[in-house]
Amino acid sequence: MAVCTPGAPMSKATAAIVGSGNIGSDLLKKLLRSELVEPRYMVGIDPGSDGLRRAREAGVETTAEGVDWLLGLADPPQLVFEATSAGAHQANAPRYEQAGMQVVDLTPAAVGPFVVPVVNLEEHRDAPNVNMVTCGGQATIPIVAAVRRVAPVRYAEIVASIASRSAGPGTRANIDEFTETTSRAIESVGGAERGKAIVILNPAEPPLIMRDTVFCAIPPDADRERVTESIHRTVREVQAYVPGYRLTAEPQFDDPREGWDGSARVAVFLEVEGNGDYLPRYAGNLDIMTAAAARVGELLAAGRLEVARG
Amino acid sequence: MSDLDVRITDTTLRDGSHAMSHRFTEEQVRATVRALDDAGVPVVEVSHGDGLGGSSFNWGFSLVDERRLIAAAAEEARHARIAVLLLPGVGTLDDLRAAADSGALIARLATHCTEADIAIQHFGIARDLGLETVGFLMLSHSVPPDALAAQARIMVDAGAQCVYVVDSAGALILGEAADRVAALVAEVGGEAQVGYHGHQNLSLGVANSVLAYEAGARQVDGSTRGLGAGAGNAPTEVLATVLERLGVRTGISVPLMLDAAEDVVAGYLRRHPVIDRGSIAMGYAGVYSSFLLHADVAAERYRVSAYDILMEAGRRSAVGGQEDMLIEIAAALAAERGDDAAPVEAGRA
Repeated sequence: MAVCTPGAPMSKATAAIVGSGNIGSDLLKKLLRSELVEPRYMVGIDPGSDGLRRAREAGVETTAEGVDWLLGLADPPQLVFEATSAGAHQANAPRYEQAGMQVVDLTPAAVGPFVVPVVNLEEHRDAPNVNMVTCGGQATIPIVAAVRRVAPVRYAEIVASIASRSAGPGTRANIDEFTETTSRAIESVGGAERGKAIVILNPAEPPLIMRDTVFCAIPPDADRERVTESIHRTVREVQAYVPGYRLTAEPQFDDPREGWDGSARVAVFLEVEGNGDYLPRYAGNLDIMTAAAARVGELLAAGRLEVARG
Repeated sequence: MSDLDVRITDTTLRDGSHAMSHRFTEEQVRATVRALDDAGVPVVEVSHGDGLGGSSFNWGFSLVDERRLIAAAAEEARHARIAVLLLPGVGTLDDLRAAADSGALIARLATHCTEADIAIQHFGIARDLGLETVGFLMLSHSVPPDALAAQARIMVDAGAQCVYVVDSAGALILGEAADRVAALVAEVGGEAQVGYHGHQNLSLGVANSVLAYEAGARQVDGSTRGLGAGAGNAPTEVLATVLERLGVRTGISVPLMLDAAEDVVAGYLRRHPVIDRGSIAMGYAGVYSSFLLHADVAAERYRVSAYDILMEAGRRSAVGGQEDMLIEIAAALAAERGDDAAPVEAGRA
């Protein structure tokens, strides 16, 4: 199932990006480098959009007529990346499905199952619609799962600190969507019995790089060396698609304390520096979303191409 | 309210939760509310120190579920109104609804002083729930008065009935506090009240509160025995006494307030907040006061100096909530010293 097996596929899976804002523009840059996905279309609703102009300059076919245009194509794409809003995606999702397009949803709509590439994509390879959780989820759930592979995690908590400037209007208008979605996915994808997510916006200038802390409650006798090893392995796996993803300290273990109900704790400190494709480097929170979505798109494409080859 | 010149909110059972490591018992809450209510304190705030939903590894787990504490406080209060604090990004709208169901009447919604817009949704929901609303601009020292007033405007437009200048780091010095209050009064004074929340890190909590009142603040926070983050808050019993001497009506009986402080709160506090090296460093470097005890824990765990941790947190522009950063800073300081804290700990398992 590896993506880069010898005898790479002859043709790429075709894709459309719906949404020509920051996220769509950054995702386009990443997909233009892909060997497996060809971003053929970019769909917007504003003819004056900079994102559409840049896409055209990059040789991508664009429209400002929204998804109606996309659905009317004689040669529709195999994959759609939704980079609009939860509300827009709720409306679009059934139409994509009817048209047979497989969807990677970067909005908080969560129409399809949550996916985190290094944790559970295999389970949802054939799902018509997969959801990318949140930026904090993409950064931290791999770590929760890494700990969970070695020891039961009764409770996992993540603290995501992001630069104010990289928190867009959608996030600001509904910040609970971030904490609640991330908490749920810490449980359902990460494997913690109970999850909690906290997000902090920091306005410092120059903007600070995204930081994430992951705390997991583990049994006091958990094998700490194996937990550490599992975390390091997972960090390397994520680095394959998010080069700026790194630990800022070794995992820190603490014996049970007052209030921890007998659990010990491992704390993992991460930093996510963006790739600087379209978005600035400090916006690791946005970069990890587009990088993970591109990764999911490639893995779905690889599956489709394998099937096509028979 | 009409017979009061300024309304004091006692935050012993919220900001004081930091100094209690969030281990308030239901009995302590009941006794405190009874005593404050008897003394005539008009508003009593009850929540985890970091607001609703703050119970966590990052800040410490509550001993008793805060909803139970809020309900107990609401039961005890005969005249006082119960307030809760919520930081969007930490607590959720569901937490707010649950607090309202438990008897809270006032929602105090707190953001870092440049991020007011993340609370717009919460002000709307709080008003829909019929709650009185208060906005809380944390670390107010870190931006100039006009920038702070612009953020207060966002909160008032969203439905805040009062906006506080919150000196979370205890860093404001006299005129700096008054100027900020005056700027907010100029911006929103016709539509909403202005409040002031002071800490004692540089010993100016009470003095700044008096200047805030003179600059137009009509709500002021205190904490009994100063119980609160850092060197503690402006002590409610001192505020009540000073304001009475100034002829400012607070509705609080000074002798009964002294009883509450001496006979109830002094009896259970774990650690009396004091002005010491760590808290002065916070006032000096502009660091969020609740970092203090977390820095102490990390300092002991990694055998490094709490002062160094706090100064580094200031240098890295940490904002309220980023207590997780303190562990990372302490581990880095230990690593710099040359002993490798993490592998030793891992090997010990």
